[in-house]
Amino acid sequence: MGKIKPKRVEMAKRPVEERIKSFDEVALGYTEEEAIKEAERCLLCPKPTCVPACPVHIDIPGFIKWIQKGDFLQAVKVIKQDNPLPAVCGRVCPQEDQCEGSCVMGRKFEPIAIGRLERFVADYEAKVGNIEVQPVKEKRAEKVAIVGSGPSGLVCASQLAQMGYKVTVFESLHEFGGVLVYGIPQFRLPKDIVKREVEYIRKLGVEFVKNFFVGRTRTLDELMEEDGYEAVFIGTGAGLPRFQGIPGENLLGIYSANEFLTRINLMRGYKFPEYDTPVKVGNTVAVIGAGNVAMDAARSALRSGAKKVMILYRRTEKEMTARAEEAENAMEEGIEFHFLVNPVRYHGDENGWVKEVEVIKMRLGEPDESGRRRPIPIEGSEYRIPVDTVVVAIGQVPSPIIAQTTKGLKRHERRGTLLANEKTFATTKKGVFAGGDVVTGAATVILAAGAGKDAAKYIDYYLKNKDKPNIWEELTNS
Amino acid sequence: MGYKILFKEEVGPGAYRMIIEAPHVAKNAQPGQFIVLRVHEKGERIPLTISKADKENGEITIIFQVVGKSTKHLSLLNEGDELQDFLGPLGMPSEIDNFGTVVLIGGGFGTAVLYPMVAAYKEANNHVIVINGARNKDLLLLEKDLSQIADEYYVTTDDGSKGKKGFVTDMLKELIDKNVKIDRVFAVGPVIMMANVAKLTKQHNIKTIVSLNPIMVDGTGMCGSCRVEVGGKTKFACVDGPDFDAHEVNFDLLMKRLRMYRTEEKISLEKFEKEIQNG
Ligand SMILES: Cc1cc2nc3c(=O)[nH]c(=O)nc-3n(C[C@H](O)[C@H](O)[C@H](O)COP(=O)(O)OP(=O)(O)OC[C@H]3O[C@@H](n4cnc5c(N)ncnc54)[C@H](O)[C@@H]3O)c2cc1C
Ligand SMILES: Cc1cc2nc3c(=O)[nH]c(=O)nc-3n(C[C@H](O)[C@H](O)[C@H](O)COP(=O)(O)OP(=O)(O)OC[C@H]3O[C@@H](n4cnc5c(N)ncnc54)[C@H](O)[C@@H]3O)c2cc1C
Ligand code: SF4
Ligand code: SF4
Ligand code: FES
Repeated sequence: MGKIKPKRVEMAKRPVEERIKSFDEVALGYTEEEAIKEAERCLLCPKPTCVPACPVHIDIPGFIKWIQKGDFLQAVKVIKQDNPLPAVCGRVCPQEDQCEGSCVMGRKFEPIAIGRLERFVADYEAKVGNIEVQPVKEKRAEKVAIVGSGPSGLVCASQLAQMGYKVTVFESLHEFGGVLVYGIPQFRLPKDIVKREVEYIRKLGVEFVKNFFVGRTRTLDELMEEDGYEAVFIGTGAGLPRFQGIPGENLLGIYSANEFLTRINLMRGYKFPEYDTPVKVGNTVAVIGAGNVAMDAARSALRSGAKKVMILYRRTEKEMTARAEEAENAMEEGIEFHFLVNPVRYHGDENGWVKEVEVIKMRLGEPDESGRRRPIPIEGSEYRIPVDTVVVAIGQVPSPIIAQTTKGLKRHERRGTLLANEKTFATTKKGVFAGGDVVTGAATVILAAGAGKDAAKYIDYYLKNKDKPNIWEELTNS
Repeated sequence: MGYKILFKEEVGPGAYRMIIEAPHVAKNAQPGQFIVLRVHEKGERIPLTISKADKENGEITIIFQVVGKSTKHLSLLNEGDELQDFLGPLGMPSEIDNFGTVVLIGGGFGTAVLYPMVAAYKEANNHVIVINGARNKDLLLLEKDLSQIADEYYVTTDDGSKGKKGFVTDMLKELIDKNVKIDRVFAVGPVIMMANVAKLTKQHNIKTIVSLNPIMVDGTGMCGSCRVEVGGKTKFACVDGPDFDAHEVNFDLLMKRLRMYRTEEKISLEKFEKEIQNG
């Protein structure tokens, strides 16, 4: 192993002037040499601290060892035992809070760039086109329905297909991928990568049905009672935008982050009028919030022609929930960060367009239930900021439709999330499992993917034991 | 899954009826619900009311008015062509019951939305009065269909070229003044028309439902584009509506929000018309 190498190998990024004019991917990825060089920094710890910090416990030293040897395809194989979406997760995981955050090297030096390595080998596999489809050993007769094609649904579908089940994915939108296609922009996660994953899962025999809104097109009960689906996985995410409920929030030019990003990403609004769906981006844009969604909205606004983009956040830099890398990218690109301010009202012009956001200054008080210090308004400190466009990115909650239209499916009253057993993902309705954001509330891609994967195990167990008395009690009480 | 156009006819100047092959939509469709379609790969998602659902043959009828690029493009498609996307049924079904005497008012494209409601109210044994309004007689939609099912059928035109000269509200007022006992009003059409109907019926304390048509994107409750203000609260028309209590709706806001993309809509239509000219 030799000497400790304190600094990680930098990953090339598109220069700022170039990237703020296009939606091309910002991070360019490692070359083969760079990947090997970075891999060689890893101590291959016998008791690695990075592994338990990865939500799906990838054998990190196991795959890095193969990179050191230059066998990138073996490395991917190791990762895929635990994570079927490495090209996605390598790009979007909040690594500083997960694997990399717990790497021993990070105590004194820079942690190993695990995410970049994961991304590198996944892209390498795609480039050399060696993605083999494992033949299914035993075919199973049971049909399973997957509702929603976000990471949780995609992974659940691929796992069940590999076990031999007949799997159908129902998606209400016209493209598959959930937040990966309608939320996270191209410059962070190129759409081709998501397409590639969907195509791979299709090759496993999974049927994909778009324009199918479960709860309206067919109810879940109809899918089970009339259409012959013996088990269902609900991975419908948390897509219902939240607003603050303050005066003026319905003025023209005030978007929810979901609408803004959907118009830009799913509908390709940034290519209007080549694509038909318009999006209004004025010269001065304010984005409310400081999570990943807010960063994506702010950087998309910049790329869509805004001259000045501001993040307005009621806490401080320390409490921001966005990935560190993306907050840094946003700052590099010239996004202005205004901390400790909270909108209290919007002012419009005579045609109803938003003209100013009125904010109040905040200070931090005692920590709240999330452990972050609670922001408290400073009375009399209100002032106005001129704006042309506002994007509200203060969070999303699950849509109530699936629970409202399904017999026996229960939700958490306050949070609106579906109730499901933490280990088995079994819901309050027999044969129905749920995971991802619809259960946890807005979280991360890897947690959703992990939920889909683990749920598949229990769906398999359920289908093999469905005639056992009390099987559902067993699954909901374990 | 292709969404094939099985039938197309012009039902008025710039207004078309189409029958689309969509068995999975037809199966559960109820009056008052709508679909969202995309004409082509780069197209926008536009909402249109389900005019008729034929469950047996798996067919959906839509009636639409050409107002911009997407509806123009749709109108140029022919029988045998396929739509890119077709999602539905969406929205809450209308509340249909035996209320007694119901006045159904349609103006402009709203008449297309009105048609399935008239049939549904009739089926629920209501005494159905229809007021069909347009700027002039050439723009009147669905005259034959509506007059056939309605118990009473009235026409108003702004220029008096057919029926009563004036607005639909003038006709409604006449009925009210004649002391016709009206248990419920359902109105759909231009926002200004719905707002005026609401104003009139509020004075006379007649329960009134309007079907709102805000700009939509997904139609499934995940973007908030369709937000409307009802009773001082923000609602998503695609999930909570499109039907709302007319006396609670903020029509002024709806009118403003519908104008949000006016510049872009013009650019889009002009570009498309140029493309058609150049073949
Ligand atoms: C803008 C943005 C940026 C983000 N950035 C990051 C990041 O950098 N890193 C990270 O780890 N996480 C990030 N996240 C969070 C992450 O994307 C989500 O946690 C993850 O996608 C959740 O996956 P899911 O499978 O639960 O649901 P989703 O990805 O939300 O997918 C749900 C799918 O179900 C469909 N659906 C819903 N209801 C129905 C129905 N009734 N019938 C049929 N289909 C239905 C929806 O259309 C959607 O396609 C981000 C989220 C957003 C919005
Ligand atoms: C629930 C609902 C049901 C509807 N049913 C019918 C119907 O049965 N028949 C019919 O002719 N029309 C109906 N409409 C209106 C129809 O959706 C619009 O006329 C159509 O989207 C216009 O698209 P365009 O590209 O041709 O015009 P554009 O040039 O885009 O716009 C013309 C005008 O249409 C409105 N509009 C634009 N985009 C949308 C959109 N995505 N959603 C809603 N309105 C929009 C705006 O007010 C705009 O000024 C309905 C609308 C809603 C919300
Ligand atoms: S999946 Fe995410 S957390 Fe796990 S090793 Fe990969 S980048 Fe790290
Ligand atoms: S903790 Fe760090 S150094 Fe140790 S195996 Fe994991 S990545 Fe390598
Ligand atoms: S159209 Fe998106 S929420 Fe209604």
